[in-house]
Amino acid sequence: MNETAASLPLIDIRNLAKSYRRGRQIVPVLTDITLKVHAGDFLGLMGPSGSGKSTLLNLIAGIDKPDAGQILFDGVDITRLSETELADWRAGTVGFIFQFYNLIPVLTAFENVELPLTLTRLTRRERREHVEAALALVGLSDRMPHYPSELSGGQQQRVAIARAIIADPRLIVADEPTGDLDRHSAEEVLKLMDRLSTDLGKTIVMVTHDRRAADQAHAIMYLDKGELSTAVDVHERSLR
Amino acid sequence: MQFLKLVLRNALRHRLRTALTLLGLVVAILSFGLLQTVVSAWYAGAESAAPTRLVTRNAISLVFALPISYRDQIRAVDGVRAVSHATWFAGIYQDPKNFFPQFAIEPRTYLAMYPEYIVAPQEFTAFLRDRKGAVIGRKLAGTYRLKVGDVLPLRGTIYPGTWEFTVRTIYDGVDAKTDTSQMFFHWEYLNETMKKRSRSHGDQVGVYVVDVADADRVAEVSHAIDALFKNSLAETLTETERAFQIGFVKQTEALVVAIQVVSYVVIVIILAVMANTMAMTARERLAEYATLKVLGFSPVYIAALILGESVAIAAIGAAIGIALTFPVSDWFAAQVGTLFPVFKVSGKTVMLQVLCALGVGVVAAVVPGRRAATVKIAEGLRAIR
Repeated sequence: MNETAASLPLIDIRNLAKSYRRGRQIVPVLTDITLKVHAGDFLGLMGPSGSGKSTLLNLIAGIDKPDAGQILFDGVDITRLSETELADWRAGTVGFIFQFYNLIPVLTAFENVELPLTLTRLTRRERREHVEAALALVGLSDRMPHYPSELSGGQQQRVAIARAIIADPRLIVADEPTGDLDRHSAEEVLKLMDRLSTDLGKTIVMVTHDRRAADQAHAIMYLDKGELSTAVDVHERSLR
Repeated sequence: MQFLKLVLRNALRHRLRTALTLLGLVVAILSFGLLQTVVSAWYAGAESAAPTRLVTRNAISLVFALPISYRDQIRAVDGVRAVSHATWFAGIYQDPKNFFPQFAIEPRTYLAMYPEYIVAPQEFTAFLRDRKGAVIGRKLAGTYRLKVGDVLPLRGTIYPGTWEFTVRTIYDGVDAKTDTSQMFFHWEYLNETMKKRSRSHGDQVGVYVVDVADADRVAEVSHAIDALFKNSLAETLTETERAFQIGFVKQTEALVVAIQVVSYVVIVIILAVMANTMAMTARERLAEYATLKVLGFSPVYIAALILGESVAIAAIGAAIGIALTFPVSDWFAAQVGTLFPVFKVSGKTVMLQVLCALGVGVVAAVVPGRRAATVKIAEGLRAIR
């Protein structure tokens, strides 16, 4: 099948399988997953606990390796990259948002957001400009010198979002980004994610249990017992 | 900058834990320094021995004396530049615990052979004129608050009776390593007194000190002196001053070895404490290290963070411990009085303290650093909460 450049998926997952070893027992987590995500898509992944959502997210983000199958990101099979190559790829391509924010407690909001930029060749002044812009985007310009312990959960997650977008990644992966937040904070975070998708054109893959959160996505896919309920082209579905 | 910031802030994160670990390190480094200084003090006499000085003693045992008549015979041996003698007195000053070495000497020749003892010329002349005069070291004078002109009574143990001396001069050491806890007095005074009591006790000396003109000939001269008195009533054993001093230390070698072992055991204990602290720290922060990896930081960077924190804590502990070693060793030296003639923290001891602290810092970080560097990201992220 010939695909035009415009319709080529940014993420093309083919026959992905992953299992974990528990003692002598091998527990399959994902079996024969096939999925396409196009640039600019906002995909919500739902499913019961233990269904393999986070595992799939980790594989897409290049922080875990599959047992079988391919993950083509913009045509590059990331399953074949070495650990060092993957680290570089992640640093330049993926922004991460975690359920528990995963901020470094001894660094201020400014320093946490600046962290990924310390791996780049940007000057100190350039880094400052980038960080200030990112924190302004998430509405935390006045919280730059604050440590995570001095911020509310919602504010911490917004700092984490600023950190996720600071290096201008093409893909943002979010693992239960509203899972630890109250309703109001969750809504703020979801609005922000929507802006990342609609205004900045970021491709987002989000794992969530929260139906309201999933509704923000352009498409929702269900994962149960290691299998996607429907292996449909998300792009097509979102267009519908 | 980011790296150093992370290292320092992480080190101060659990203030109580870091403070307790630091306290342990300070005590360990301080104890190590003190114990090493005790060992150094034990060898101080041997360390300050001159390479050209020989000591000739009775071959049977040091407790047996040698005739004064040997002096001229030794002086005649080829290669000998000067000869003097010293006799161990073993007197008690006020109380048996007030120990300090006392020697009956031939003043002119003996002190000429020990340029490390600095005596004021005028006072030395006064000492020479006074048969009951004494020369005491600066440390001894300080310990018992003695000054020139004071009467110094000693109760003899080897030479019975009460012996009264007048302090005529106080000698200083040429450097900090010089023993200034000794007392010297006229052998003539001892000899005449003993001869009055019993003729058979007169004209004897403890050891001869021989100054050899050429350091390369000390072995040859030693053999020549001993050969001279072979098959005599008092055969001699001549050895270098260093070997003579080490002979004394050897008598208590087991104790010195025990002190050495204990000093290193202290370091091993603090290593275990430090390793435990770093292991706990790394385990608690596994999710943070995984996050840093997610952001693109390398495993080497993660391991370096843990190593840096461990070394930083060890360095702070070492700095405080070393700084405290000096005043504490001065206090210790004052408490033990003249038991250790020279009790100074040496550069070698400080270097050993630094190396031990550095070793503790590095070794304590090896296992947790390796674990944090090699843990899979997904596994590390699961460690959160």
